[in-house]
Amino acid sequence: MRSLEALDVDVVFGIPGGAILPAYDPLYDSTVRHILVRHEQGAGHAATGYAQATGKVGVCMATSGPGATNLVTPIADAYMDSVAMVAITGQVARPSIGTDAFQEADIQGITLPITKHNFLVQNAEEIPRVLAEAFHLASSGRPGPVLVDIPKDVLQATTTFTWPPTLDLPGYRPTLHPHGKQIREAARLMAGARRPVLYVGGGVLKAGATDGLRRLAELTGIPVVTTLMALGAFPDSHQQHLGMPGMHGTVAAVYGLQKADLIVALGARFDDRVTGKLDSFAPDASVVHADIDPAEIGKNRHVDVPIVGDAKHVIDELIAAVTVERSAGRVADLGDWWTQLDDLRTRYPLGYDEPADGTLSPQYVIKRLGEIAGPDAIFVAGVGQHQMWASQFISYEKPHTWLNSGGLGTMGYAVPAAMGAKVGRPDTVVWAVDGDGCFQMTNQELATCALEGIPVKIAVINNGNLGMVRQWQTLFYNERYSNTELGTHKHRIPDFVKLAEALGCVGLRCENADDVDKTIAAAMEINDAPVVIDFVVGKDAMVWPMVAAGTSNDEIMFARGVRPAFDEDDI
Amino acid sequence: MTMHTLSVLVENKPGVLARVSGLFSRRGFNIDSLAVGETENPDVSRITIVVNADSSPLEQVTKQLNKLVNVLKIVELDPQVSVARELLLVKVRADRSARSQVLETVNLFRARVVDVAPDTLTIEATGTPDKLDALLRDLEAFGIKEMVQSGLVAIGRGSRSITAGPALRAA
Repeated sequence: MRSLEALDVDVVFGIPGGAILPAYDPLYDSTVRHILVRHEQGAGHAATGYAQATGKVGVCMATSGPGATNLVTPIADAYMDSVAMVAITGQVARPSIGTDAFQEADIQGITLPITKHNFLVQNAEEIPRVLAEAFHLASSGRPGPVLVDIPKDVLQATTTFTWPPTLDLPGYRPTLHPHGKQIREAARLMAGARRPVLYVGGGVLKAGATDGLRRLAELTGIPVVTTLMALGAFPDSHQQHLGMPGMHGTVAAVYGLQKADLIVALGARFDDRVTGKLDSFAPDASVVHADIDPAEIGKNRHVDVPIVGDAKHVIDELIAAVTVERSAGRVADLGDWWTQLDDLRTRYPLGYDEPADGTLSPQYVIKRLGEIAGPDAIFVAGVGQHQMWASQFISYEKPHTWLNSGGLGTMGYAVPAAMGAKVGRPDTVVWAVDGDGCFQMTNQELATCALEGIPVKIAVINNGNLGMVRQWQTLFYNERYSNTELGTHKHRIPDFVKLAEALGCVGLRCENADDVDKTIAAAMEINDAPVVIDFVVGKDAMVWPMVAAGTSNDEIMFARGVRPAFDEDDI
Repeated sequence: MTMHTLSVLVENKPGVLARVSGLFSRRGFNIDSLAVGETENPDVSRITIVVNADSSPLEQVTKQLNKLVNVLKIVELDPQVSVARELLLVKVRADRSARSQVLETVNLFRARVVDVAPDTLTIEATGTPDKLDALLRDLEAFGIKEMVQSGLVAIGRGSRSITAGPALRAA
C-alpha cells in the first residue's frame, strides 16, 4: 500500500476477498481512494476508463480465484487497446499454491497471453520493486496491462519498506526515438506523393502527439483519417479530416486509403476492420509505418519505410524533415486528389434515413446528444450499432473525449469505463452511450456510482435487440432473427427507468423525436446523481456505410444496395 | 518452409520457458525441438528453438518474442557458420548373434555403448540431426526398443560470442 502511495496512485477500483485482505487493511487509513465496485469486471473497465480519460495508469484490485478471473475480460480488453493498467490480485498463500486450494486460480498463467507482462511476487521485500516495475511497464513504450499476483502470506509478512526501488528489467528497452534516415525517406515520399493519406491510430493519442499531428497535416495539406481508437486525435470538423476508415467508415476515408499512392500510418496497426480483405487493400500505396511496437510494423501489410518510435518524436521529426523538403521546393500538388475526395464527401456524406415506421431514430438521438453535450464532454460507448453511430454522428474535436472498446469489442464496457473516466475527470461531463444488450451486462456499477458520488450520464439506445447482430441477420442470414430479441421493447423487461431508480439513479425515458432535446437537457441539469435515459428507438435502423466482413474495401456499401461508383473514377 | 534455429537468451527466472513456448503455440508455430539450460552467466538461460517456418511469419514471431520482458536477445544461427548437436540414447535389440554387428555400427558412427543387458545394448550418440537419423536408420534393422532424444543445442563458430550484453552484466 505504501508502494501505491509512493507511485502517486490516487484511486483503486476493486473488491476485497480472503487472499487480498491484508492489502485492504492498510487501505482503511490510506490516502489512496478505493472505489468498491459490484463486480471485478467493473473494476477492470473502470481502471481502463480512468486511464484513457487521464493518460495515467488505471489500477484495479481483486482477490484470488474468481476475483482474479473476473478481471480477465477487462485485462484482455486493455491489452487489445494498449491501455496502461495495473491489476493487483491476491493469491493463496505460497504453501497452498498448486494444491487446488480454496479460491486458487493460476491467474499468472491465465493472463500470460493478455498482459504485457505479469508477476507472481515471491517475497515481501520484492513488493515495492515489482509494483514500480509494473507501473513502468504498463505506462512506457506501447502501454498495456500488467498483472501483479501476490500470495496472502507474502502480503502478511513484515519487511522494511525502501523507496525508490531499483528497477531490474534488462530485457525491456522500448525505442522512443526514430531513425533519422527513415524519417528523411518518409519525408521524401510525402513530398513526392500525389495521393497521400495520413492514417492515424490510437498511438497518436497515447503519445500526446495531437498538436504535432495537426501541424504536420496543415504543413503538408495531406488528408487525414482517424481510426476508431483515434477519434479526437484530429478535429472532426477540420477541413482535411476525411473521417474514420474501415468497416463502418466514411466513403471518403475508405476510398482515400484504397486509392492512395502513399499511406503514412502513425500509431495504427492495419487492423482487419480497417483494411477489409487484406490482399486487396490499398493496392497502389507505398506504406510508411511508424509505431512504437516493432512487431506491428509489417505484421499485416508490407511496409516500405518502417519507423520505430514514439508518435510524438516521429511526428516532430517528420515536421522538421518535411520542412526541409518543402524549402528545397519539393512540394506535390494535391489539387486533383482533393478534388476527388471533396467530390466523394459531397456525394456520400454520413447520413441516415428516418425510420419508415415512425419510430425514434437512434442516429438522431446520438447526434443531438453530441450537439447538446458539446465538444468538451467525454463519450464512452459500448459495442455494437450504438458504438458505430456514436463514432459517426458525434463530432470529436479534442483528444481523450471518445472512449470505447475497439480491439476486443467488449460488450458491457461503457458503464464501468464511464465511471472510471468520471472519477479521473470529475469536472467533465461524461456520457455513456450504451445499447440495451450491453447495458444489461454491467449496469450494476450504477449502484457504485450512486453511492460513491460519480454522476455519470447513461444514454441507453434501446432498440430491444442485439442490434448489430440483428443487422447481420438482416443482411446475411435471410432475416432469420435467431436469439437477438431481448424483450426490452416487447415486455419492457427490465424497465430501465425503474432499474435506474432501484440503483439509486435518476431514470428518464424518451420515445419520440420531439422529446429528445428536453430529455437530454433535463439529464444535463442533474449533477448530483447518475442519470439513465431509456431512449426507445426503432429496431430496424442500420449502420451505413458498411464493408461486409471478409470483402474488399472496394465493395463498400453506402447504404443497402447502393455502391459508390468508384470504378468510373479515372485516377 | 525451412528450418530455423533460434538462440534465445532469457532471464533465468521461473515461468520464462512457459512464456516463450506459449508464444509459439499461440501464434500458430510448431516447435520442432527445444533445449534450455544455464549459460556462462547463471542469471541467464539460453533456449535453443528449432522451428519450421517461412521467413516472414518467423520474423513476426521473433519480434513478438523480443517483446517478452524476460527475453534479452534473440539470434538466428546460420547452419553454415554454427555447430549444432543433439544427444540420442537408444536401446537396441542385440542378442549374442547380432551384438557384433550392432557394435560395428556404433563404432562407425563414433557412438558409445553406455549399458549392456543380455539381449540389448543402450547406445549414446551425439551429432547433427542428420547423423543421428542415419544412425537410427542403421539400427532399425536390429530392432529399436526405446529411444530418447534431446533438443538441439547450437553455438556459432569463430571467436565471436552471443551474450546478454552490457545491460545484464551491469545488473
